[in-house]
Amino acid sequence: MKHLLGVEGLSREEMDRILERAQSFAEVGRRDIKKVPTLRGRTIVNLFYEASTRTLSSFELAAKRLSADVVSVKSAGSSVDKGESLKDTVATLSAYDPAAIVIRSPHAGAAGLVARWTEASVINAGDGKHEHPTQALLDVFTLHQRLDSLEGTKIWIVGDVLHSRVARSCLLAFRKMGAEVTLCGPPTLIPRGIEALGCEVSYDLDGMGEADVIYALRMQRERMSESFVPSLREYASRYQIDSRRLGPRQLLMHPGPVNRGVELSPEVIDSPQSLITAQVESGLVVRMAILYELLAGSDRARPDRGPAPADTPTIGQPA
Amino acid sequence: MNVTENGAEGAAEAPKLISRPGQAATLIIKGARLLDPRTGLDGAHDLVVRDGEIAEIIEPGGAPAIEGAEVVDGDGLLALPAFVDPHVHFRVPGQEHKEDLETGTRSAAAGGYCAVIAMANTSPPIDSAAVLGSVRDRAVREASIPVGFVANVTRSMGGRELTEMAELAEAGAIAFSDDGLPIANARVLRRALQYQRLAGLVIALHEEDPDLSAGGVMNEGEVSAALGMAGVPAVSESTMIARNCSLALYEGARIHVQHLSARASVEEIARAKEAGVEVTCEASPHHLTLTDEAVRSLDARFKMNPPLRTEDDRQALIDGLRDGTIDCVATDHAPHASEEKEVPFEEAAMGVTGLETAFAALYTDLVLPGIIPLELLVERMTCGGEPFGIEAPRLEAGAVANVALIDPELSWTVGEDGYESRSYNNCFGGRELTGRVLMTVAAGRVAFRQRSFALGVAS
Repeated sequence: MKHLLGVEGLSREEMDRILERAQSFAEVGRRDIKKVPTLRGRTIVNLFYEASTRTLSSFELAAKRLSADVVSVKSAGSSVDKGESLKDTVATLSAYDPAAIVIRSPHAGAAGLVARWTEASVINAGDGKHEHPTQALLDVFTLHQRLDSLEGTKIWIVGDVLHSRVARSCLLAFRKMGAEVTLCGPPTLIPRGIEALGCEVSYDLDGMGEADVIYALRMQRERMSESFVPSLREYASRYQIDSRRLGPRQLLMHPGPVNRGVELSPEVIDSPQSLITAQVESGLVVRMAILYELLAGSDRARPDRGPAPADTPTIGQPA
Repeated sequence: MNVTENGAEGAAEAPKLISRPGQAATLIIKGARLLDPRTGLDGAHDLVVRDGEIAEIIEPGGAPAIEGAEVVDGDGLLALPAFVDPHVHFRVPGQEHKEDLETGTRSAAAGGYCAVIAMANTSPPIDSAAVLGSVRDRAVREASIPVGFVANVTRSMGGRELTEMAELAEAGAIAFSDDGLPIANARVLRRALQYQRLAGLVIALHEEDPDLSAGGVMNEGEVSAALGMAGVPAVSESTMIARNCSLALYEGARIHVQHLSARASVEEIARAKEAGVEVTCEASPHHLTLTDEAVRSLDARFKMNPPLRTEDDRQALIDGLRDGTIDCVATDHAPHASEEKEVPFEEAAMGVTGLETAFAALYTDLVLPGIIPLELLVERMTCGGEPFGIEAPRLEAGAVANVALIDPELSWTVGEDGYESRSYNNCFGGRELTGRVLMTVAAGRVAFRQRSFALGVAS
């Protein structure tokens, strides 16, 4: 297990291992001293080409809890803004001999490219509208806290699927765990051909009563100006999850940040069915588990800086 | 007009095809399988080229000894009329770091081409007689095979005002095109089609509705949905073809539709031809052999415009090539520097090189599996100049020698020995293909020979 580039190509066994590891870190998190020495002396670089609050802070904290040294490079004010190419930036950062590079990029496939250009393990923290595998893993972990298994669980993902890497990674992850997934949103925001990934598509919430879990996506305001939906008002009237539409036994999730009053009504955010805060907590332990699985397992002291063996198994990379 | 040296067709008008001077070849290719579907020639013969002209085609062993002639052992080889590519980008002027006329024509010759037509989306674009004159001057010094230069339809490729089309035609433009960009405004295109009555020359069209394709980086479909990348729907191409064919019919104009990619486009062309529109069209080796499944790799070498589409679209293109709806093969050879391709897919420049691999890719993927006969491929790869007034080369006595000598059994790994092109954004790079061009005679001169291909000189 060298990289985590996407849920696609990640095996069920690898997912289970990460989830188990996350469970053990959840127990560490309940102690007074929350830090373990696993990655002492290793360096982790967070390379973020997009603004991020929760993903970046959660990766920083996860690395610190594992005693790694952390450097976070954000696009504003860095050489990235001075026109340096991704390839050159990666070469520069690789000179520090990091154990892992965590990258977020507005472009699909960026993490895969970085993996070709560095000896470090690469973790995809979101590449364009393609994948966001650590989010999907933390969502599966969160659901496992409430449900014994996702086998046969009905999950509705509601909102702007077209522009959502979370929707894509969650769809793949939920399917791998045995859930049945329905994507729901305005026809303009459901990508043509998405059924090929093994899901149902609905353009209204009429059948949502069957869902065990409702996963709402963030609705960005700029979509209005591009004529994807005529108004936030009409969107909310058709797709907002509110207390009328959320059943008492249905669980509610959202990747954050929430637009209160758009995709979710204020009262459901704070309802007992809401897992939104639990998702953030899960984010920390799942990212610790991912760093652990990629780095501690390999146990490379690497005094010789030699290349990793060519047959190192890669997770999340389609064969 | 034949593929010949500069000005051979008369001094009154500027020649349409330009190349640098060279020595006329005298050589004998012995015993190769000569195949020319147009003359019905097919079988082992000796081909005698004297002073750049095909002197004789006679039975094997029948060639006379000629003082100083190169003698080529053609046993097991295939000698074809050399190919004509109606669509290449040689990046001159302005982007010589990607390609220039010397490297571009060498790349073409290495692919078995004896003539190519270069597009005008350069920097600055070829929208005035002055720019056109300057690239033609460079071709006289740098081009190892004849090159025809297209001039723009609209100034600065802005899609608003027409270029001085009549003057550009007199100055030697071979056609008009804003290729790289569509002419979105129907009124502007209509004016150009009307003006064709004065300026002459075919108008070649890059068909894309920019409102429908906006933001797209690949075909819209299952693969773009899975990758989360914005798609270019097939209808962005087919609806423009339908519109522009209607305009051409109304104005009685002649158009050539570039790089078809989709089933719906093939169907629109078939309908238009049926209705009597004077329209010809082309398809590229990559659209005929690859689909958007290749984009799952997120490798920017599979990014081009129009994008690779589905297997169903590919099958429609092959059917169109077979039944003549698609007139010819065009590479759309589009060199880009490595820094424009070694970036995330969405950021990468659009376009792939293709001159050196066109025959081998189509021979490997379409001819060897029996999908189309070799004769058909030869016809479609040699007639690319016809919409532009350039006759297809022929293997017959008295014709200017335009010959591609090919080893049809030789397998080679694309890119293994580098490329003749300055750029290496080839979508077949790393693949093993069968069929390699060993030698190309263009306009009566040896324009290329494979380095490892030994030639004997008669004593």
